Amino acid sequence: MSNDVAVLGVGMHPWGKWGKNFVTYGVHAARAALADAGIPWTDVDLIVGGETVRNGYGGYVAGATFAQALGWNGASVATSYAACATGAQALDTARARILAGLCEVALVVGADTTPKGFLAPNAGERWDDPDWLRFRLLGMTNPAYFALYARRRMDLYGATQADFAQVKVKNAKHGLHNPNARYRKEVSAHDVLSSAVVSDPLHLLDICATSDGAAAVILTSVDYARRHGIAAPVKVKAVSTVTPTFPNTVMDMPNLSTDSSAVAGVPARTFKESIAHAAYEEAGIGPEDVSLAEVYDLSTALELDWIEDLGLCKRGEAETLLRAGDTTIGGRIPVNPSGGLACFGEAVPAQALAQVCEVTWQLRGQADGRQVEGARVGVTANQGLFGHGSSVILAV
Amino acid sequence: MTQASTPAIEGWFTTGDSPALIGSRCTACTTVFFPRTAGFCRNPVCAGESFEEVELSRRGRIWSYTDAQYQPPPPYIPTHADGEAYAPFALAAVELAEGITVLGQVADGYGVDDLRVGDEVELVVETLYTDETGDRLIWRWLPLDAGHATELGQEADA
Repeated sequence: MSNDVAVLGVGMHPWGKWGKNFVTYGVHAARAALADAGIPWTDVDLIVGGETVRNGYGGYVAGATFAQALGWNGASVATSYAACATGAQALDTARARILAGLCEVALVVGADTTPKGFLAPNAGERWDDPDWLRFRLLGMTNPAYFALYARRRMDLYGATQADFAQVKVKNAKHGLHNPNARYRKEVSAHDVLSSAVVSDPLHLLDICATSDGAAAVILTSVDYARRHGIAAPVKVKAVSTVTPTFPNTVMDMPNLSTDSSAVAGVPARTFKESIAHAAYEEAGIGPEDVSLAEVYDLSTALELDWIEDLGLCKRGEAETLLRAGDTTIGGRIPVNPSGGLACFGEAVPAQALAQVCEVTWQLRGQADGRQVEGARVGVTANQGLFGHGSSVILAV
Repeated sequence: MTQASTPAIEGWFTTGDSPALIGSRCTACTTVFFPRTAGFCRNPVCAGESFEEVELSRRGRIWSYTDAQYQPPPPYIPTHADGEAYAPFALAAVELAEGITVLGQVADGYGVDDLRVGDEVELVVETLYTDETGDRLIWRWLPLDAGHATELGQEADA
């Protein structure tokens, strides 16, 4: 039996700083996805919300909040939280229920409003919470973790700050015509390199902003799609939401230390490599089959890490791809044709779904101004706090 | 150190002439954890439920490093007096012989120009901030191979 489900509709609320409630963004995206699918809201029999942790109780029960705002229709409800992988986990819940025959049409929605500046932990003293302790004891911000990874690329593989800047230049160009992107302006390497250093070696323009935004996906059974006259929809081939395998030996946000490898040994794959590996295994394909990738460029340098974690080149060779233009639209394996987080900024519970929306548009040939010609297979990747991460593979 | 100096967090490191981080070693599988742990061993193939305290290696090698050129948000506590400028500090992730990588600030007076991936560092204890009880102490990593770069003129021997 096939484990495919169909993506019948996708939609977003444009990323930005709009000063509105997250529910407004979520409903906008949901209605856009329903319209894209040509399905009335009353046909949806499962709604899955991506939880937002910065918007009070309504955010904790996001699935029900969106359902009420759309008008109660009696659908089953679920809400997921998995940090940056929230949207993918919500998608996985919807997919599993469809494949189990427990529902036919699922709406998956993530939306957020985000504060200005550094993402900081919730208030109050929490001496047993690493996310609090890393600020109190070390002053270790999110960009500082990104900077650790960036510096390793420099000291181990000879990456330069100019390489990192080139990732931003590329993504800014990709996102120029994306109507949902927040930043639609060309950026030069000089702009990046002359912006303030936040955490050495990363400049301000190497680091993604935080944004308001929303994304929604309509998932259905393949049978439902066929009955509605869509014989060859974009299909979800894999959703990987694996946790790390002990010992997790790479310093991960928000931890102050790694697991010890002294007894258990260093695992065959790092956590990020294992996220991608599980997705490929489930889809029954390999990196060589991929037409494009949407990866979580919280920093420019992190995009280079992801290219290797996804197996699109060997470890230490991502800069070679970048310099050759291979990861630019028109190149061998375009990365972040949407413009990525560089052009969007991060809206946590919406971001993994936004990646799925972009891949869907690419596979349908509807990515105006940023189309990857002949795209057949797209892969997404992200990682969040506390052992969360995801990779989704879509294909036509 | 004055008598009023106390660790900023209890039970994570020793003070004195040869300070060290305090970890927990599972009495069944001998896996070491830092910060200390109790209850259940997190090695998935181990059923251990008892731990003994161990001091971790005082020296290790830099896995990576960076700095904080902007003042971090609360609960970080600024170290400079009101009216003084914020002074950036460096951070390093250090691989220890126990197979653990541990983050820490870099010792006073050293910046990213003094660090390289793979360089050796040693644990020292310095003042993180000062509150009504006196100096609050934290572990830091002191570069031992910093000869190739400039010192910033502050005393670095702890």
